[in-house]
Amino acid sequence: MKRLFPILSVVTAALLVYALYEALVIAPTDALQGDVYRIIYYHVPSAWTAFLLFFINFIASIQYLVSAKAATKNAAKWVVIGIGVVGVIACFLPQVQRLIPAGMRPSAVATTVLAIPAFYFLIGRLFPGPKLDVLAVTSAEVGVVFCTIVLITGPIWARPVWGIWWAPGDIRLTSTLVLWLIYVSYLVLRRFSNSAQTQMLAAALAVFGALDVPLVYFSIWFFRTQHPQPVIGGGGSMDPRMLHTLLDSWIAFLFFAFLVCWSRFRLELLHREIEEAHAMESLVGAGVAAKASLPLGRSSQ
Amino acid sequence: MNAVKFLFAAYIATWVIHGIYLVSLVRRFGRLRQQLKEFGKK
Repeated sequence: MKRLFPILSVVTAALLVYALYEALVIAPTDALQGDVYRIIYYHVPSAWTAFLLFFINFIASIQYLVSAKAATKNAAKWVVIGIGVVGVIACFLPQVQRLIPAGMRPSAVATTVLAIPAFYFLIGRLFPGPKLDVLAVTSAEVGVVFCTIVLITGPIWARPVWGIWWAPGDIRLTSTLVLWLIYVSYLVLRRFSNSAQTQMLAAALAVFGALDVPLVYFSIWFFRTQHPQPVIGGGGSMDPRMLHTLLDSWIAFLFFAFLVCWSRFRLELLHREIEEAHAMESLVGAGVAAKASLPLGRSSQ
Repeated sequence: MNAVKFLFAAYIATWVIHGIYLVSLVRRFGRLRQQLKEFGKK
């Protein structure tokens, strides 16, 4: 594992450099927006990565919440399997297909629904016990970094194209800002609360916070918004070279996010080990002090 | 030409944010390693 990190770092650096080259040189210039549209190659992959990380945080938080009792854990397992099976079948029913926004393929929705049980069982297997909470805090923190980039590159792109930095009241923009605020408050709660219930409270907040992700994603389908329609899975069209560059850029950012998450995960494990060691030391110290304070005749009891 | 400034601003902002976060991770690692060293001395 120690050798894998530097190898992955080199691969990630090469992918990021190539993605930058594709974004600035290979991808054609947009007929309407000119070169400024190339912000898409950082803005959109950052948004997708943030959504993925918040989704991982959501799954890890649910796993953490239900892992307290064996019966709840078992019930949750069957609920998740049920969501996967019913969700996939429902996507192909004509009544449900009428509810799916125009341009969105039912197969794409079914694949997304299937990701819920897939991630649930994969995360449960790879991160047993307290590591679930470590994964939750890691994915939330790195997710906030990517979401911050979305909120900064968005207005920088909007200014030359829309003529304004921010469209007040726009559902896509506002819901993204709310999403960012929810996860910032999640991190603040974890940082400053010393209660024994902090991890549980944070996990509950994360579950409710994750409900904002579908709102952000689907807002451009269901509401009138200044934000453009999606270029993938939404019936939009895009030059194949642009699409290729966009996907390459996302792969590069996924590698980068994985490396950052890996580092943050190790940092959190180390932090917890040191905290436990300090707690043990305090307990031992308290035990010695308590022994010392007892009368000599009782100290051996 | 003016719009290209916004493109570079967005790219630079992205890497500045990632850079700040990576530096914060390195500093936190350093602090924890220091604590571990002090703990080992005890």
